[in-house]
Amino acid sequence: MDLDRAKQTYIIEARELLDSMEEALLAVEQEADPQEPVNAMFRAVHTVKGSAGLFGLDAIVRFAHTVESVLDRVRGHKTSLTGELVGLMLECHDHLAQLVADIQQEAPESAEAAQEGDRILARLAPFLAGGLARTEVQAPEALVVPARPALRGRPDAGRDCWHLSIRFSPDVLRNGMDPLSFVRYLATLGEIVHLTPLFGTLPERDSYDPEECRLGLEIELDTQASRSTLEDVFEFVRDGSEIHLVPPNAKVEDYLQLIKALPEEPAYLGEILVAGGCLTARELEQALRRQKAETYADGAVQGRMLGAIVIQDNAVPPPVVAAALDKQKKVQERQAQELRVVKVSAEKLDRLVDLVGELVIAGASAQARAGAAREAGMLEATVTVNKLVEEIRDNALSLRMVQIGDTFNRFRRIVRDVSLELGKTIELQIHGAETELDKSIVEKLSDPLMHIVRNAIDHGIEPLELRRARGKPEAGTLALQAAHDSGSILIEVSDDGGGLDKERILAKALERGLVKPGAALGDQEIINLIFEPGFSTADKVSDLSGRGVGMDVVRRNIDELRGTIEVETEPGLGTTLRLRLPLTLAIIDGFRVSVAGASYVVPLDVVIECLDLAPFLESERNHLVNLRGEVLPFLRLREVFRIPGEPPARERVVVIQHGDQRCGIVVDCLHGEFQTVIKPLGRLFRGARGLGGSTILGTGEVALILDVAQMMQLASGGRPSSRAALAQST
Amino acid sequence: MLQLDRSTHEGEPVLGLQGALTIYEAAEARDRLSAALDQAPCLRLNLAGLEELDTAGVQLLVWLKQEARRRGRTLALAAHSPAVLEVFDLLQVAGLFGDPILIAPSAS
Repeated sequence: MDLDRAKQTYIIEARELLDSMEEALLAVEQEADPQEPVNAMFRAVHTVKGSAGLFGLDAIVRFAHTVESVLDRVRGHKTSLTGELVGLMLECHDHLAQLVADIQQEAPESAEAAQEGDRILARLAPFLAGGLARTEVQAPEALVVPARPALRGRPDAGRDCWHLSIRFSPDVLRNGMDPLSFVRYLATLGEIVHLTPLFGTLPERDSYDPEECRLGLEIELDTQASRSTLEDVFEFVRDGSEIHLVPPNAKVEDYLQLIKALPEEPAYLGEILVAGGCLTARELEQALRRQKAETYADGAVQGRMLGAIVIQDNAVPPPVVAAALDKQKKVQERQAQELRVVKVSAEKLDRLVDLVGELVIAGASAQARAGAAREAGMLEATVTVNKLVEEIRDNALSLRMVQIGDTFNRFRRIVRDVSLELGKTIELQIHGAETELDKSIVEKLSDPLMHIVRNAIDHGIEPLELRRARGKPEAGTLALQAAHDSGSILIEVSDDGGGLDKERILAKALERGLVKPGAALGDQEIINLIFEPGFSTADKVSDLSGRGVGMDVVRRNIDELRGTIEVETEPGLGTTLRLRLPLTLAIIDGFRVSVAGASYVVPLDVVIECLDLAPFLESERNHLVNLRGEVLPFLRLREVFRIPGEPPARERVVVIQHGDQRCGIVVDCLHGEFQTVIKPLGRLFRGARGLGGSTILGTGEVALILDVAQMMQLASGGRPSSRAALAQST
Repeated sequence: MLQLDRSTHEGEPVLGLQGALTIYEAAEARDRLSAALDQAPCLRLNLAGLEELDTAGVQLLVWLKQEARRRGRTLALAAHSPAVLEVFDLLQVAGLFGDPILIAPSAS
């Protein structure tokens, strides 16, 4: 079970690492100095490989090893990172991601996956070392990792030795096993070139348990035995023991990893180096002696630090020393760091937010009762509780807030792939990646955004020749932008393509029977036709379009998120799609009003001001009033929902804003702020216009949440949505 | 079975180890060797009679060496038996003790 859990952790980590690899790959093409992204990629692949080794995931280890070798050459400027190699690396990334996904689904390694892996490895071969390795791997059947990569790691590694780091479990002796016998057996598999026993400091006097094994071994073994043979040697002591096998000719990085993995006593630098097998005890001794001599010779209290001596004397490649020093420091820092980030599953967070929602309702109920009882102490207590609940609510919701940048970055890959496929050059610009919004919205936003982006690339940005003819830069630009705007989030996808062709849209709509001939439609109405089911303007169906998914699905998805979508297009200059979405789907600050005794809630963010109706109506003409010089449309909730009965003597107006539009809503009574837990409307009311959801009041009554966007449409002269226009015209 | 024989060599106490020093003897040996270490500022162990030694035994000797240092005493190992030499070679621990090892002429 524990292993399963560890494996889950591995999968999560591997995913994150692969994501960062992809990010780095896509950044490489844009950055002037690719060194940092290349390093990031290398680290990612290296860690994926290293951890895979711990779980015996040989397919991943084998594949990642070659990828890592190639990246190492790039890092060392032995191979340059061409566009071709970037493309290939992206395929490597995909394959690794597939392998990881297979592990998660516990699918056995499929033959196709293996073939795919070999195919990619074969294409990687030319980027590996020249000379020997080149001829070796280019042989038709030699597609796999060469047993001895021609990459030479340690400059002083004369022999092909396995490095074995073993820390025996304390129970080994008690369990009747003797580490000596392992050493004896290893000696039969090859030659033990070097062996360092490590006992550390054994406890004093009676606290020393002579039956507890404290032995660690660092062994250099010259052998032809395979990894699995060596692993089998330790089959019976594996539980509780720590065993690392570093293959022959391993690179410095492997030793670095080993140093990091070794038990974390605040080990002395020299000991770590010896233990890491990169320095012999003699070299260490010399270094130590020299340090001492220097201190005494010039009488200085401080000689050169040991690390400096070792580097200057060229005994150890600098990164190794740095890692060892780093570890000394980290051992002390580790504990403090571990507490900084906690990973929590999204489900737990959702459950928390649900509970907070219930808490808000219960709190409101308590407050209502306290108010009814007119008991001052009780009322004060509930007010305090509700204030705290409000804070908890904000905190809980902020936990679910994620930056949209991750979602945007995923499009880098898509833009790259799709534009290659279509032979277009497209530059993706991302703005406002740090804008935060609710995780559940981000998830549901991903698909519609994907579709919009694909559309923009496929239909929006013109083919190269056309762009040249129009005198535009050859590279098209696609911009993704996010920003907060009056309580909602605004996402724009804009391209500098040809813009929407209204005549073609209208012609197509006529052809599809979406509008009747002769129907008079405004420009915006024509453009909105692209959101109608069954509409597609693509003259030729490419691989990208013709998936049976149209803009109507995008619109439906956005509707479900209580968002709106609008299009702005300029012929020959480009198109912008503007999505406006609520920040969260769960709980909002509401403003409660009532009409004929029934409560309605308006999101507080959109409320601008509240007025008395009578003075407001003085300038009324044609459902428009003049509010301090501004023309304001208004509507009566009573009329919208056809509520019977006489309005009270003194009606009120709530002025709301959506985007850059404002309107007034006439209601009977204002009740003030109210924490609103949004509940979806029942299926029956889905079609009801003007309603966005429902909520439960402290008294247990149901209140309806007004859909601001639809209210605005209704108010602005009753100008109907395109859908309504169609209903009228057809 | 581990047997300890006391004797002196050039006025210093010598403890002769006979038989086996393994996981089975380790607990008892710890107490006896620790006591012996307390009794003399300089303790010499004669390993000539030690016929069996395992990791637990080696570890105990390493511990004794560390204890000697902690208690400000000296511990010397002498007359390593073939069994001891084989184990010391395998685990490369001779350096931890720093005693000269005489290679005895082979018995045959």
